[in-house]
Amino acid sequence: MFILIVGCGRVGSSVARAMLREGHTVSCLDEDPESHARLEVGLEKSWEDLGGQFTVGAGLEAEALEAAGIDQADVFIASTDGDNTNIVISQIAQRRYEVETVIARVLDPLRAEWYERQGLRTVCPTRVAIEMLESAVHEAGGRGGEGPGDAAAA
Amino acid sequence: MYIIVVGAGKVGWNLARELLEKGHEVTLIESDRRRYLTVEQELEHNVSYGDASELWVLERAGIQRADMVIAVTGDDEDNMLICQVAREKYLVDQIIARVNNPRNRQHFDLLGIKPSVSATDLILRLLEHEVPEYGLVHLLDLQEEQLEIIEMLLGKDSGVTGRRVGDLSMPEGSLLISVLRAGKGFVPTADTVLQEGDEVLAVLDPGKEDDLKALFGPEGNGNGG
Repeated sequence: MFILIVGCGRVGSSVARAMLREGHTVSCLDEDPESHARLEVGLEKSWEDLGGQFTVGAGLEAEALEAAGIDQADVFIASTDGDNTNIVISQIAQRRYEVETVIARVLDPLRAEWYERQGLRTVCPTRVAIEMLESAVHEAGGRGGEGPGDAAAA
Repeated sequence: MYIIVVGAGKVGWNLARELLEKGHEVTLIESDRRRYLTVEQELEHNVSYGDASELWVLERAGIQRADMVIAVTGDDEDNMLICQVAREKYLVDQIIARVNNPRNRQHFDLLGIKPSVSATDLILRLLEHEVPEYGLVHLLDLQEEQLEIIEMLLGKDSGVTGRRVGDLSMPEGSLLISVLRAGKGFVPTADTVLQEGDEVLAVLDPGKEDDLKALFGPEGNGNGG
């Protein structure tokens, strides 16, 4: 599969490396040329030597998306640090370039939920964090960390 | 009308003030705390603090009952998405979005965010209008209707000066709708003779500009393309 990842931060670069390791064609697009270095963390060869692609440019620029190969993309991942950018470029990928699988990282849980209902696949790290924190608290409570009723509850 | 304006920059602040003066109910939403406090001194309860990208901020401002949402922040993605949720989630009848970077206009169109207003485009239009050598001035694009209205100034060397309108072979899909002569406008008839200095308005199908330019411009032979 051809996977295009826009936003090469901690999340985007890790996903990119993992997908490349699995044998997919991976192309990354980021405004910051320095983000290329993040792709090579832990790699023995350069990102390009391993077959990866990297383009400098903004996800809102049609030329940049096209240079990064959006026309061939089977999967489009929007993982910049801006919710609004991710939501907009995902819709561009869906509607203009008709990429089959489009996934947007959206930190705002309310909008992640609404756009999901509109047919955009969203991943919401905030929602995951909330759930993990809640269950961590429940676990701690279950082990009887505090309060007078704990002996009985445990 | 109840109107929500997002972004209390110069555009948003003045817009909100004008709309209030016209008797509308207005909420201006601003996400920068310091800017909010400044604007709030004048507009008081008509300003609300928050990031209008977030749904709850829009709901707190009463978007469910808003007749119009105008997004004029300095960020195109924000303006696009605020208008998108206003229309598609909250079913607001009218939206207006500001385009900061004209290159993003295609994205507004793609998401169906209309109308969108770009200061750069407006200034360009004005520039074309103020600099007559440009020859052909776009006055209006009627996108939905698939028509354009343009203005042409007839120079000394124009191929149509001294000719009867009825004798011109106007390109198919174009029509002369008025002539401005010495500060007065009139609707031309077949017998109207065009003069140097006339400003001619024409309505036309998109893509007919070049034909019209050939006819009315210096190289024009008055017989059409």
